[in-house]
Amino acid sequence: MSGSGKYNWTGWLAFAVLLLLWEIGSRSNPRLQLYIPPISQILAALSRIILAGQINAHLFSTVIRFLESYLLAAAIAVTLGVILGYFRFAHSLLETAIEFLRPMPSVAIIPVAILLLGIGDSMIVAVTVYASMWPILINTIDGVRHIDHTLVDTGRTFGLSRRRILWQIILPAASPYIVTGLRISLSIALILVTTAEMISGSKGLGFFILDEERSLQTSNMYAGIVLVAVLGYALNRLFVALEGKAMKWRRGMVAREAV
Amino acid sequence: MPILEVQSLSKSYRQMGGETTLAVGNISCQVEAGEFVSFVGPSGCGKTTLLMSIAGLIAPTAGKILVKGREVSGPPPNLVLVFQEFNKSLFAWRSVLGNVLFGLNARGDKLRKSEGKAKSLIELVGLKGFESHYPWELSGGMQQRVAIARALAYEPEVLLMDEPFGSLDALTRLELEDTLLRLWQELGTTILFITHDIEEAIYLSDRIWVLSRRPSRIIEELRIEFPRPRGQVTTRAETRFMEIRNKIYRQISSEGVA
Repeated sequence: MSGSGKYNWTGWLAFAVLLLLWEIGSRSNPRLQLYIPPISQILAALSRIILAGQINAHLFSTVIRFLESYLLAAAIAVTLGVILGYFRFAHSLLETAIEFLRPMPSVAIIPVAILLLGIGDSMIVAVTVYASMWPILINTIDGVRHIDHTLVDTGRTFGLSRRRILWQIILPAASPYIVTGLRISLSIALILVTTAEMISGSKGLGFFILDEERSLQTSNMYAGIVLVAVLGYALNRLFVALEGKAMKWRRGMVAREAV
Repeated sequence: MPILEVQSLSKSYRQMGGETTLAVGNISCQVEAGEFVSFVGPSGCGKTTLLMSIAGLIAPTAGKILVKGREVSGPPPNLVLVFQEFNKSLFAWRSVLGNVLFGLNARGDKLRKSEGKAKSLIELVGLKGFESHYPWELSGGMQQRVAIARALAYEPEVLLMDEPFGSLDALTRLELEDTLLRLWQELGTTILFITHDIEEAIYLSDRIWVLSRRPSRIIEELRIEFPRPRGQVTTRAETRFMEIRNKIYRQISSEGVA
C-alpha cells in the first residue's frame, strides 16, 4: 500500500521523465502539436485560466457535485448494505436484482435520468449516486456477513441494545470492507460527475473540457483534463490519509496475517 | 436465595432432514452467591449450549432460568459470558484499554470517569503497560486476560466462562487459573465455569457438576473442599485430588463412547 514508509521519489522521477518526453515529442512535430500541445503550453494555459478566474466556478461545481453524490451514495449504500447483510431474507429478496443491475455500465442510465430529471444538477447527482453506490453496497453486505457470531453475542451478553450493537460492533467490524468499497467508489464518483457534466449542464470541469474542445482551444481542454487528474489524485491522497488514521488498528494486523 | 437457579432446562435442535436432537436434557441446579462452580463433561456433550442458554443467548426449549429469584428471558443484566474464542470475541479495532472501557460503558459508566477504573482492572489481570496495544499484538493468554478484564469491568454478579482456557497451552493455562482464582477472591464475583479438563474443574471449584454425554444431564454433584488459596503444586499433589479426578474420569468414561 502507498502512504506508508519511504516516499517514492523514483516514481516521481519517472513521471517527470515521461512529461519531458511528451514535451520533446510534441515540440519536434508541429502537426502533432495541434492535437497534443507540449506540456509547458498546457500548464501555461492552466495557470492563465486559473488566474483569469475562468475555471474556478467549474472546479467548484464539480467538487460540490462530487461531494454531494459521494456522501449521499455512502450513506445510502452503507445503510442498505447493513440491512441486507444482516437480514438474510432481505438479501435473498434483492440478490437477483442487485446481481443484474450491478454489472450494467452505469452510464447507460444517463438517458433515463435526463428523461426523468432534466439536464440539471439533480440529474448529475442522481447518476453519480447510482453508479458509486454499488461497490460500497456489495462490500458492506460482504463485511456484515463476515462478522463472526461470537462478536454479536459478545455485545448481547454485555446487555447492548440492537442500536448499540449496530454502532459499536457491526459497523466497526465491517469497516475494513466498507472502506474498500468507499475507496473504489471514490474514482467512480469522479468519473460519473465529469461524464454527466459533458452530457448536460453549463458548469463543471466535464463541461469545460468538452466546451474548450468544441471551440478548438486545445490547450485549455488539456488544462481542464490536468485539473481533473489533479483533483482525482488529491481526493485519493486525502482518502488514503483519512483511512490510515481511521484504520490504524488494522495496519499491523494485516501485515502480520500476510506473513 | 440462590443467585442463579436453573430449572429443568432442556434444549433441542432441529437437524437437517427435520429430525430433532436433544443437546441439553433436563438440567436443574442452583448457584449460591460468591461460589465458584463448574460443569465438567466430555467434548460435544452440549456444555456450550447449556451455558449459552443460561447466558440468555439462545432460547431454551423448555425450563427456566432464575437470577436472584426472578425468571429471565434474553441476556440478564447482571450476568456476562466469557467466550472460549477470545480472538473472536475481543474487539480488534479497540486497544486493550478500549476493550476494557467497553465493559464499563456497557454498564453505563461515563467515558472520562472510567479510564482510571479500566487501568486498574488491566493491572489486576497483569497487563499493566499493554493498555494501548491492540489484541492482535498480544499472545493468546494475554488476549484472554483482556477478555476477562472486560467482563469484570461490567461488574457482573455472575461470570459465566465457556472453556476460557481451552485453547491455551498448558503452562499459560495454569497461570490463568491462578489469576482467575485471585480475581474471584478479591472481587467476590460468582463464577460458573465450563471445562472438559477434570483437573482444572477440581482445582478451581467449590462444587462440580459432572455432565453425561449428549444429551447432557447432571450425573453427579461433588463438593470440593480443598482449602484456599490453592496451589498448583500442593493442591494437585493431594491424594484426595487424584481420588476425585479418578472418580469423575470413571463416571464420564463408563458412559461409553458417544
